[in-house]
Amino acid sequence: MPEVDLLPRLGAFARLLHDAGLEAGPRRLTDATRALVYIDLKVEDDFRTALRSVFVSRKEDIPVFEAAFDIFWAPPDPRAPAGIIPGRSRALPLSPERAKAWADALGLNASQMNREQDQNEFPASSSGYSAEELLRHKDFEDMTWTETEQVRRLLEQAPWRVAERRTRRLRPSRVGRIDLRRSARHAIRSSGELMMLFRRKPRVRRRPLVLICDVSGSMERYSRLLMIFAHAIARREDLEAFVFSTRLTRITRLLRHRDLDRALESVSKGVHDFSGGTRIGDALGDFNRKWARRVLGHGAVVIIVSDGWDRGDPSQLTSELIHLRRSAHRLIWLNPLLGSEGYEPLTRGMAAALPHCDDFLAAHNVAALEDLGRLLASLDSRTTR
Amino acid sequence: MSTPATIEDVERRLRERRYIGDRSLATSIFLALKLQKPLFIEGEAGVGKTEAAKVMAEVLGARLIRLQCYEGIDLAHAVYEWNYPRQLLHIRLLGETEDRRAAEREIFSSEFLLRRPLLDAIDNDDPTPPVLLIDEIDRSDEEFEAFLLELLSDFQVSIPEIGTIRARQVPFVVITSNRTREVHDALKRRCLYHWIDYPDLDKEVEIVRARAPEAADGLAREVAALVQGLRGMDLYKVPGVAETLDWARSLAALGATRIDAGLVSATMGAALKYQEDLDRVREQVPALVDKAKRA
Repeated sequence: MPEVDLLPRLGAFARLLHDAGLEAGPRRLTDATRALVYIDLKVEDDFRTALRSVFVSRKEDIPVFEAAFDIFWAPPDPRAPAGIIPGRSRALPLSPERAKAWADALGLNASQMNREQDQNEFPASSSGYSAEELLRHKDFEDMTWTETEQVRRLLEQAPWRVAERRTRRLRPSRVGRIDLRRSARHAIRSSGELMMLFRRKPRVRRRPLVLICDVSGSMERYSRLLMIFAHAIARREDLEAFVFSTRLTRITRLLRHRDLDRALESVSKGVHDFSGGTRIGDALGDFNRKWARRVLGHGAVVIIVSDGWDRGDPSQLTSELIHLRRSAHRLIWLNPLLGSEGYEPLTRGMAAALPHCDDFLAAHNVAALEDLGRLLASLDSRTTR
Repeated sequence: MSTPATIEDVERRLRERRYIGDRSLATSIFLALKLQKPLFIEGEAGVGKTEAAKVMAEVLGARLIRLQCYEGIDLAHAVYEWNYPRQLLHIRLLGETEDRRAAEREIFSSEFLLRRPLLDAIDNDDPTPPVLLIDEIDRSDEEFEAFLLELLSDFQVSIPEIGTIRARQVPFVVITSNRTREVHDALKRRCLYHWIDYPDLDKEVEIVRARAPEAADGLAREVAALVQGLRGMDLYKVPGVAETLDWARSLAALGATRIDAGLVSATMGAALKYQEDLDRVREQVPALVDKAKRA
């Protein structure tokens, strides 16, 4: 066993990781204790690797672990201002109360525990544009509570589900290909006589949905409604959700709160450029490079919601859309402006995008979203491209 | 061959087999061996995840059992299947006269069992526990993950007709994922986790020298520097170490000992796999080559 007084320290470290959002239950704590038996505790890198291999289980958690390790096992000099310690400027995602409690427990300044969220955590898709990028917290309070409730109820009760696709997994069925395994097994029970043929056919699964929402200034009036829409779908479908104005942010995990208001609050906290300018091409490029391979498997349907007011380069938007359309089962563009009378998709962005989308639909009210629902439900009965 | 006694021992043995990895990888492997837990390795495509498992088999002097995952993979492909044609033939030959219950016992014996990789990994007579590589688990589906979860917690498989088969010795399990989807936390919780990053320039040069010795020293360094430059660009598919090696070998096969803009343009298909990426890089080849030569 490791030194006796190491164990309580390790327990405290596991609690810090837990508070910072990592999974650090008893099972992992036990593993960590066992692992340390084999490690020379004086070699800091090995000690760090051992704990990391136990407590981390996805790449996204590595920076959080490293920050927690630095703070807990190699605390910075409490007299030094936070920013200047090299390699220790990473943020630890703790709530302010927890951060204070931990700072007290470890004898640190609160500022050394929980620095302002580093901007690099949500890297700008382009550094050039938008000196006036509006990094302000957008309050979701504009819609009345009654309206919100109505919209939500309508969306949750909507009678459609996303269309299914055939998977490669087979299950027993009365029609379909012959299931040799079961048929032969049955035959053996009857002295090798093939009395019955069993069949099986591919299981069906709902297609995953990927929602990419424009939340820039020109879309401001619709953002809240669209987030309610996203939350309602996330409750019942396999949904990956992203928002962008000048940069792309994944909000899938933020939408997971069962409670709408808490989900919206965490989205508004996690997204730093609500109502900034728009660079659709950059955002889609970001999506294509960082996320497409991870979320477009299994025949996903991609829905882009934007009015097409784009400050970027239309030719870039075109090439990113072509790429995206090739990796998605179907590419749908929702434009809230399409609902307004006399609207023609003449904005540069929209004109560039239109030829490359499979569908172009309105999204200005619940009725329009229901049209979308019907389309999603009927996807396989229509031929794509 | 004995199991490594220290982290340094793992490092040295990997190196002897021309696998150049970080100390942190050696530490994770060492702990996985000691704690008898599966090692879950993630990383971008082509950073040497599968290779790590293969080399570990050599290091341990163990047999490598590889299970390549795909969508819809099921127990019949991963664990076991009865050899139905043989069973049918056998029961026919016995005819009606034989005792049916004895006949059934006979045809549901291990002689008629087709052993797939997972059964093979826990039930074998190997002198050294085998290395089980479950490759690209992100390609399989949730049903298969749920099954693996069970297998990896108890290292046992139950076959209704035979009973439960328990591992006599726990295999060294390596699971790799390219992160095309998120693997369930419950499965990862059973494992130690390791993320393999792209190597830095010096390490990559070392890898090229070890694994593509036909490339001259100057060439090895320039190709590695070139790929490092490409990784900094905005590409759909960033080249991995596997691509660096392919590229170095291609250039060596052409008799090149240094790179120049013409050679690079002619051979960059070894590293870039998308037309858009090739177009984007093509304009910048002279600048990239220049930078690589100075690195």
